[in-house]
Amino acid sequence: MKTFYWLVKREYWEHRGGFLWAPIVTGGIFVLLNIMGIITAEVFGARHGLMIGGNNELTQLVAKANAGDLAQVGNALDLAFISSMAIISVVLGFVVLFYCLGSLYDDRRDHSVLFWKSLPISDTTTVLSKVVSATVLAPIIAVVVSIALGMLLIMIFALVLSFHGVSAWQLLSQAHPLRATISLLCAIPLYALWALPAVGWLMLCSVWARTKPFLWAVLIPALTGLMISWFGIMNLLNLSSSWFWTHIFQRILISVFPVSSLQSYNIDVESFSHVHQDGPLALIDPIRIYSLLASPGLWIGVIAGAVLIIAAIRLRRARDDS
Amino acid sequence: MNTVITASGLNKRYKNTHALDQVSFQIESGRIVGLIGPNGAGKTTALKAILGLTDFDGQLNVLGLDPRTQRNQLMEQVCFIADVAVLPRWIRVREAVDFVANVHPRFDRVKCETFLARTKLQPEQRVKQMSKGMIVQLHLALVMAIDARLLVLDEPTLGLDILYRKQFYQSLLEDYFDENKTIIITTHQVEEIEHILTDLMFIRDGKIVLDADMDAIGERFAEVMVSADKAASARQMNPLDERQVFGKSIFLFDGADRAVLEGMGEVRRPSISDLFVATMKGTYA
Repeated sequence: MKTFYWLVKREYWEHRGGFLWAPIVTGGIFVLLNIMGIITAEVFGARHGLMIGGNNELTQLVAKANAGDLAQVGNALDLAFISSMAIISVVLGFVVLFYCLGSLYDDRRDHSVLFWKSLPISDTTTVLSKVVSATVLAPIIAVVVSIALGMLLIMIFALVLSFHGVSAWQLLSQAHPLRATISLLCAIPLYALWALPAVGWLMLCSVWARTKPFLWAVLIPALTGLMISWFGIMNLLNLSSSWFWTHIFQRILISVFPVSSLQSYNIDVESFSHVHQDGPLALIDPIRIYSLLASPGLWIGVIAGAVLIIAAIRLRRARDDS
Repeated sequence: MNTVITASGLNKRYKNTHALDQVSFQIESGRIVGLIGPNGAGKTTALKAILGLTDFDGQLNVLGLDPRTQRNQLMEQVCFIADVAVLPRWIRVREAVDFVANVHPRFDRVKCETFLARTKLQPEQRVKQMSKGMIVQLHLALVMAIDARLLVLDEPTLGLDILYRKQFYQSLLEDYFDENKTIIITTHQVEEIEHILTDLMFIRDGKIVLDADMDAIGERFAEVMVSADKAASARQMNPLDERQVFGKSIFLFDGADRAVLEGMGEVRRPSISDLFVATMKGTYA
């Protein structure tokens, strides 16, 4: 257990740039853009005499607003929270993608694999520590950063509104940062399960490729997909070729992006009306997200991911590069 | 004395070369063995087999374990330095020490820090900011702090200047080696390890062509400097090698009669490099 902890720590040391700084820098840029937007709006408003706060119109607006209107304000703030998460989740997807591709390749390329292999650590432990770094450590850091970012954004908006005489606390009480935080934390285990086939495939390419793992990881499924689409092989199995793209291609490459699981829910008219009623946080509601556990697709993916990871462990042991 | 490595009938083929061809040998505890051979002779393959880094046919027992199946236990007792570039470039001195201290059960942190204190390495320094010599100093400090029974060195001083090379072998001898430890070294800089070796193995085309301890080599091989008039008779004694220096001939003999040789001229113990060149004649031809 101690060894495993230190192996994960080693991954963090090596990939601090991707795991920690990439989300922080992205968040920082996002905050900066928002502040610039606010300043532009303020300047624009001042120039054109649209200072709504000056004569307390907004305050009166809020005072007159009914519960439903206030809920809309809360939804807007929640949306600010969620948008910061969405942006960081995209960054997380890229970080995990390239982390997995390099995880069992970089140390072979610079020969440091010989140093790691000179220590009494099994290949299984090594590979699993990398899987955990990709599916647990990186998402936890990303979630913590996006929570901090969301809070910061809400604070900024509340502060700006309070300059216009609106009670910031009244508005903030309409947002649900705690609910958003809990939903996000709850989503991590599901992300780990959802991303497993992609993590497995990318790590298998990483351990197998002699050069350019990225190319192999993308080319093999892409060319297979093209062949299938071209010759209509899937028709033989009574499946359309789009089945391949959604059930194989996306699951072994795109699943590292957390938002990619959203598309497998039926976002029909009904669920949109949910969003309308329950606010944007309904999108990442734990009950909604975990309904995916009932889909066989998730579990088939988990099994496929496990098989790919076992294959990666085997290959890691056997790889002899000189 | 107990046996550290027993190999019998090791075989390993790459596509069209025999990297190991029926290799058998034994290495006892408390020895420093030089495994010397030309490029591509199978040195690294032999070491990799011992370390469980490659597959092979035949029987191999290292410290009572099979390196193919019991690698993880084996690595607690075995250390190796492959060549200078193997420490990851991103790691800091502090991180490397922390990591090894926490994953290796036989690592002595105090010892490692004592070794590091003798160098210019700083705790926050990254490997990528170090010279080759400093990387080896770090690696050696890590390895020497591990109480292992077998140390495998594959070209450990490649690309180092002479100060670092001397210091490397000196530290090994003074601070590390004792009768419970065994060291296997491969290197092309034979002259530098000549005086520290206890045993010598020559490998050529996947075969062990010479396997003897240094005393035996001194008795078996002899080099005689012969003046021109006696050269013809020396040639008749079937020397391994002949070369000319200042109008005299130097002959290298394997198992020739000492008394006869002393009658012909000055007898010396041959250097390993001369012995090597004579043994490997025609390797690249």
